[in-house]
Amino acid sequence: MPDPKSSRYMKSHEWAALDGDEVVVGVSDHAQHEITDVVFVDLPKAGRTISQGEAVAVVESVKAAFDIYAPVSGEVVAVNDAVLQNPGLVNSSPHDDGWFFRVKPGNPGELDALMDSEAYEAFLKSEAPAS
Amino acid sequence: MVSFHGWELPVQFSSIITEHRAVRSAAGLFDVSHMGQVFVEGPGALALLQRVNSNDISRLQDGRGLYSHMLNENGGVVDDVIVSRLAENRYLVVVNAATREGDAAWIRRAAEGFDVAVEDRSEALGMIALQGPLSEKIMEALSTDAVALPRFGAMKLELFGRSAWITRTGYTGEDGFEVICARELATRAWQTLQARGASFGLLPCGLGARDTLRLEAGYLLYGSDIDGEHTPYEAGYGWVVKLKKGEFIGKAALEKQKTEGIRRRLTPLKLLERGVPRSGSEVVFEGEKIGTLASATFSPTLQAGIGVGYLNRPELPAGTPLSVTLHGRAVAAEVVEGPFYKRT
Repeated sequence: MPDPKSSRYMKSHEWAALDGDEVVVGVSDHAQHEITDVVFVDLPKAGRTISQGEAVAVVESVKAAFDIYAPVSGEVVAVNDAVLQNPGLVNSSPHDDGWFFRVKPGNPGELDALMDSEAYEAFLKSEAPAS
Repeated sequence: MVSFHGWELPVQFSSIITEHRAVRSAAGLFDVSHMGQVFVEGPGALALLQRVNSNDISRLQDGRGLYSHMLNENGGVVDDVIVSRLAENRYLVVVNAATREGDAAWIRRAAEGFDVAVEDRSEALGMIALQGPLSEKIMEALSTDAVALPRFGAMKLELFGRSAWITRTGYTGEDGFEVICARELATRAWQTLQARGASFGLLPCGLGARDTLRLEAGYLLYGSDIDGEHTPYEAGYGWVVKLKKGEFIGKAALEKQKTEGIRRRLTPLKLLERGVPRSGSEVVFEGEKIGTLASATFSPTLQAGIGVGYLNRPELPAGTPLSVTLHGRAVAAEVVEGPFYKRT
């Protein structure tokens, strides 16, 4: 499954990884730490066409709900039923078993334009509260 | 950290669910120093407390407490409190942070004509709640006498050379204790309990777990579930109203409501599908919006969404199907008997 090092990232903490000609989407380890106990995940239906930046999924903890934005445009070709049944997978395996959905990308250039893991790490450092 | 009525309080130390489970299976420690402590003392103490409380304070023996509502003239709830009789003519009233100053003023105003002193000592006192089935074993580190307290028992003691109070009370639905001591000694009390509790699985707990635990246990959150606009009858807490005890503020309004019946009721409901209901979520019955949720969350014990809301169909029995609107979608739910959790 996707290697966090070679995945791409959004500032809203979604990761996107190319797998064959599809893009797998989830949320980063940093995000799951911030959200803490995930108790509910709502995903787009397979077959739905989504646009980059569109709120397409919801992740909820005990205290709050978080929108998940599409990292790329395209058609949703598969969703992770396991994470719907067991939302805790987002916490225990954010980059692997806790993936959300797979997209057939409409515009391959969108993925390349996202942050790579180094840029994302730097972004997280810049976001971290001064201590 | 979040701001809560002027206090900086942690939502969680580890995670809400981890802390919640620790309290249900072992023990948890909460800093509840934001709670207020008002001491009422003097020959007129009982008469004053009877006047400002819906529950019957005269039933208290020394060293016992009870849960009560203070009401306004309309029968609305000024605050929900625990009143303990420390000695004859000496009572401790534990009040909520949000309402503390108002409560003290309310009691003082009602105290005119009574031979009584009302002292709000909240600023000088800290408060720590130890909650969970293993609380007794951990409390021994602070006081072996406290372990003998019955449910809602209260005692005064010397702790680290200063006056302190321990009550067998809490807000989680589990056995537990609340320790009230000089604020500068609260850290020491916390550390003592934490050190003893470590081997029992005690975890420090934040506001998040405090809220999921109390909602499962059917306890009210002042400002969300009750306020000056809602009566104990509407909140499903008629048992704290003792109409036969004599006069008290709000009695006439409650007698009237009891005769006429309530038009809305704080109703517990549970989701039948996946989803997390939130405070403010709409409740729909037979295509009609009949209320919104006052408090709601994901219940770690039931592994389901739960909530309570004032529904303008107070007669709906447990098992009634309805829906809660979440993210624009109707999610199936049903009315249930409260509380959501009862310790066995």
